[in-house]
Amino acid sequence: MNAVKKLRLPHYLLIAAGLLVLLSLVRVVDGANDVTSSGTVEAMLRLAVPIFLAGLGGLWAERAGVINIGLEGMMILGTWTGAWAGYQWGPWIGVLAGIAGGALGGLLHAVATVSFGVDHIVSGVAINILGLGLTQFLAGLVFNVGHAKELGGGPRQSPPVDPITKISLPVLSGGGGTPDWLGSLEKHHWFLVSDLAGVLRGLTHQMSLLTLVALLLVPVSYFVLWRTPFGLRVRSCGEDPYAAESLGVRVYRMKYAAVLISGGLAGLAGAFLVTVAAPIYQDGQTAGRGFIGLAAMIFGNWRPGGLAAGSLLFGYTDAMNVRDGGQAVHALLLFVAVLLVAVAAWQAWRRSFLAAGLAAVAAVGLLVWFLDSDVVPGELVSFSPHLTTLLVLALASQRLRMPAADGLRYRRGEAR
Amino acid sequence: MPDAAVRLTGITKRFPGVVANRDVDLTIERGEVHALCGENGAGKSTLMKILYGMQRPDEGTVEIDGEQVVLRSPADAIARGIGMVHQHFKLADNLTVLENVILGAEPRRFGRIDFAAARAAIRDMSARYGLRVDPDSLVQPLGVGDRQRVEILKVLYRGAKVLILDEPTAVLVPQEVDELFANLRELRAEGLTVLFISHKLDEVLSVADAISVIRRGTTVATRLDPAEVTARRLAELMVGSELPTPELRESTVTDEVQLDVAGLTVRTPEGRAVVDDVSLRIRRGEIVGLAGVEGNGQGELIEALMGIRPAASGTIRYGGVDVTHWPTRRRREAGIAYIPEDRHRHGLVLEAPLWENRMLGHQTERPNARGPWIDRRGARRDTARIAAEYDVRTPGIDVPAGALSGGNQQKLIVGREMSGAPKLLVAAHPTRGIDVGAQAAIWDALRAARAAGLAVLLVSADLEELIGMSDTLHVILRGRLVAEVDPRSVTPEDLGSAMTGAVS
Amino acid sequence: MSKKVPAWQAVLRGLGPRGMALRIGAPVLALLISLGITMVLLRVTGADPVSSVQAMVDYGTTPNSVVDILNRATRYYLSAVAVAIGFRMALLNIGVDGQYRLAALLAAALAGALSLPAPFGQILTIVAAMVVGGLWAAIAGVLKVTRGVSEVLSTIMLNSIATGLIAYLLNPKRLAEMRPGSNNIATPQVPSSGRVGALNGALSAIGIDLPGRLYGLLPVAIVVGIVFWVVVNYTRFGFDLKVSGLAPGAAEASGVSAKKMIVVTMVTSGAIAGLIGMPELLGASYEYSLNFPAGLGFTGITVALLGRNHPLGIAFAAVLFAFLDQTSDVLQEVEVPKEIVGVMQGVVVLTVVIVYELVRRFEIRREQRAVAGELATGHDLARAGKGR
Repeated sequence: MNAVKKLRLPHYLLIAAGLLVLLSLVRVVDGANDVTSSGTVEAMLRLAVPIFLAGLGGLWAERAGVINIGLEGMMILGTWTGAWAGYQWGPWIGVLAGIAGGALGGLLHAVATVSFGVDHIVSGVAINILGLGLTQFLAGLVFNVGHAKELGGGPRQSPPVDPITKISLPVLSGGGGTPDWLGSLEKHHWFLVSDLAGVLRGLTHQMSLLTLVALLLVPVSYFVLWRTPFGLRVRSCGEDPYAAESLGVRVYRMKYAAVLISGGLAGLAGAFLVTVAAPIYQDGQTAGRGFIGLAAMIFGNWRPGGLAAGSLLFGYTDAMNVRDGGQAVHALLLFVAVLLVAVAAWQAWRRSFLAAGLAAVAAVGLLVWFLDSDVVPGELVSFSPHLTTLLVLALASQRLRMPAADGLRYRRGEAR
Repeated sequence: MPDAAVRLTGITKRFPGVVANRDVDLTIERGEVHALCGENGAGKSTLMKILYGMQRPDEGTVEIDGEQVVLRSPADAIARGIGMVHQHFKLADNLTVLENVILGAEPRRFGRIDFAAARAAIRDMSARYGLRVDPDSLVQPLGVGDRQRVEILKVLYRGAKVLILDEPTAVLVPQEVDELFANLRELRAEGLTVLFISHKLDEVLSVADAISVIRRGTTVATRLDPAEVTARRLAELMVGSELPTPELRESTVTDEVQLDVAGLTVRTPEGRAVVDDVSLRIRRGEIVGLAGVEGNGQGELIEALMGIRPAASGTIRYGGVDVTHWPTRRRREAGIAYIPEDRHRHGLVLEAPLWENRMLGHQTERPNARGPWIDRRGARRDTARIAAEYDVRTPGIDVPAGALSGGNQQKLIVGREMSGAPKLLVAAHPTRGIDVGAQAAIWDALRAARAAGLAVLLVSADLEELIGMSDTLHVILRGRLVAEVDPRSVTPEDLGSAMTGAVS
Repeated sequence: MSKKVPAWQAVLRGLGPRGMALRIGAPVLALLISLGITMVLLRVTGADPVSSVQAMVDYGTTPNSVVDILNRATRYYLSAVAVAIGFRMALLNIGVDGQYRLAALLAAALAGALSLPAPFGQILTIVAAMVVGGLWAAIAGVLKVTRGVSEVLSTIMLNSIATGLIAYLLNPKRLAEMRPGSNNIATPQVPSSGRVGALNGALSAIGIDLPGRLYGLLPVAIVVGIVFWVVVNYTRFGFDLKVSGLAPGAAEASGVSAKKMIVVTMVTSGAIAGLIGMPELLGASYEYSLNFPAGLGFTGITVALLGRNHPLGIAFAAVLFAFLDQTSDVLQEVEVPKEIVGVMQGVVVLTVVIVYELVRRFEIRREQRAVAGELATGHDLARAGKGR
């Protein structure tokens, strides 16, 4: 029936393995060890989690038919409330407060879109403005006075928050004073072997407990949305709310629940930033991750597994940025050029010569850039996550299917 | 005497500016198939929504099994054993049949959905009532007959004792109608009560045990015996006169070919051919009908003719000129008029005033525009003309199109498309869902335009309309033209067979 | 009305004033609600709301402030019009921010390198800015029509990319130079022949004396507003734009090419966005530096929403927002963080969209009732036309 063959887990593993080999190759060629170092992978995971959590928030809302472009604002609220509670009562209370703060933003969004039928995107934009304004205002009011100020707070930042405990796998990654086999393997910089060790060590070394919680949310979200009555009802509201309504499903209630969960997850993403990534609230620290999360969700075709993959991709490009990866990004130029050559060949085989030509030209351009320089300037590295997002959206958007009633206004009893 | 299954007393429902139901009394006995007749806009659907808890009556009472109840939501109605099969199917395309059926009444086990139990229950019901469907299929690829069976399963799954079927035959071919009626008789035999809403009188007479008629929001006759009442009498009760019939008199077909489609193929983005090698000709003064079960490529063919969808291969010649690659606007400027299938989404801008809607599709032409500028005076004057000529009931031309009734909206569209001397009219379901007065007016307009030399492509799900209004009749099945039949001799049953591919 | 309805329900049910009053009343109501919320916030922070607002008004009406407010309003106005063009066809150009900054930087670099006689240098600079803005916006438009990428996400990403590109280009090795004695980096100064003089001279000729420097390009904003109004209401393009926004399906069936409209609208929006930085560049700063006004694109979204995409409404909203921004400094003196203005703006947007939605629903219901009512009394165009 379908012209596009369905990809299953073995395919994905094969693709992942192929990409790792290619990465390893460009690392050796360019001598850019940061491409697959455990430090990079660790950073990738740390940076991917907030993107993933925000994206999961988007997924919940959109599965219920509410577009949530206000994730960024809810995330900002989560950073503030998380830091506010976190510096006083410890990081885990901070996490709960972050969830509550984000959920508050979600509640606003639900009131505007579900009860009042405001355009979802407009309401989301308003919440972004409000979230930013409110936190900046409150930071000046709360963190810049008295005890908080003595602890290091200011108009643009909170006092530091105790970070959440980090754990490492014993023996393999040096947890609890045991040997660090993967670490030593990685230091040899052998082709493929050290890369694999680096990746594995990055995934098992100094992982925050909250990261573990986030990882668990992949199967949990899948289970709740696809295996429970509540999940089916939420999804039915995103596919056809009038059908759901005609069967007695309380659509408003479901949408409210989903958007509140959405806000809570975005708030959790914010709390993650202030309790794990940088244990402090800072103005502007979300840096558009809410939007990137939304893009990761689209990339993942509105499914938790795909979203996780997309988040890791964006987390990786972000890691390049954070770890001053001018050298590593330089190696990645070659990586992308090789991929583009493959795309060009594939398109040519499919007789779509325009696409093949464009891909080939881009590949040559990148190759010239690669050969002509030693390092990519930091200012250009800074937007690599966003550029990747844009490219991924451009390549992936057409094959995806969003929930059928996503973003549509629903009013009880207004079906034709 | 046992209590009636349903008794409605003195039901009145008002909407902003209109009274949809006025003082309706209706009694439905247990174990009968009860038909409720009335033309479009008579208030049948509102009444059923009240019975299903989707609307609350302003006055009056609802009794179920002798007990007076207040239905606040469909959930209340379902709990009372009332189920409804809606005229526009309420199925989520991207959920499976099973998910659609159990939604809102999921069997649980340890907090999760018990899929095995649900599957077994559906299989069991399918077998018992002869409702064949695969529970694990997505709804998306299902045809209308299958979808209707899913809808009935949904209702039965909830243990409904009273089934409301709102215009269930509107999209079915005669053979499918027979199958549905067989299902209904089976349900009745199991002791269920069926409330059947229709305006097709022969169907009503063939299946119902009792008939009630609703007109302008109120019941004008209740519990008629189908053995003692004629179709003519029912029509008089429904509209106060005989129903208008679609028919053409002497042929006005000329030799001049206005539209010549050759080998036209349209593909989906995935590459599937939805219109497959279609060739047809329409001459001036000729109405060519296109019969087909919904979703067999009619919509795509029309969009290709209008330039909304690109043709993958084949040619479209219009008045001898190859227009295959013309954009929509150029085709419309060249005199191709278009009555789209979905007037709310494609035919009108509901929020905009009538005079702006009059410009729609003709916004580059006089009297609506001069060069790049809009000619407000011209457009407004011409809108008033259309309202008068085509009997569009409206207080003025500044009211938004959404405030008019369906029939008046459609008359405005017809009037608009007939302006500016078109040479070809592509009409999709021009009389769907509108009252008989508007229906008759639109048929008159089509006949007049045909006599004046207009070439018309008519797509409709109403087989009577197709047979009556066509000079030539094609049948489309899975994107291909599979038969050409003579509308003067074909019966709806034969046409239905051809549409489903039952016979060649 | 047989039953008496509580006042708050009357507002929700729309039993209030009608027609024109509603159109002006809605934003006023939204603003009043926002003001109330702000007052409560001020109260909570320990400041006296009445005297705080009084202080803002006092400061905002001094001649110096008036000039600054008008200058700010000019930037907000252009930004809001750029956004409003997209809104007209339900296209959300969040990328105005990146578009104007990139356009301003490149135009500044061009203007700094040019030395043409008076009108030509300025015209060339402005045109260049519009072209850059339009091209940058075109990326989002083309991605939407060819690859189906939501313009909301793509323009957000393009904003970040623009930020990175500007950081890359605003570097002594490339388009900029260090300013001695400070940490500032800026493009070379625009030569005096390429600048636009202040408007103060022209105004004092008609008897209005203002201190400071009023943007010489302020009239450009007015012209943009008038052109916007005429195009939207009186041209075929404006009609197509409106129909595409209200009913995309109907627009396509009527022969409007959705793809073409999207690209044209995005490019137009971007070109107007390119103008945003020009009054400042050619009339005040004469260079693009780290201090160049940022974030105007986001303010533009808010202003366009508040102004209901109407040229006059946007003008009022722009002045209001300029007033709030200008006077926020005064709040520091009463121990209120000036960021409260951000809260006010957020509250305004949210209240405005909710109130507008309620009003819209009410209008639709009212019109349906009116039509049915008039038909029932026999006031019918169809019959009148037949002379019955």
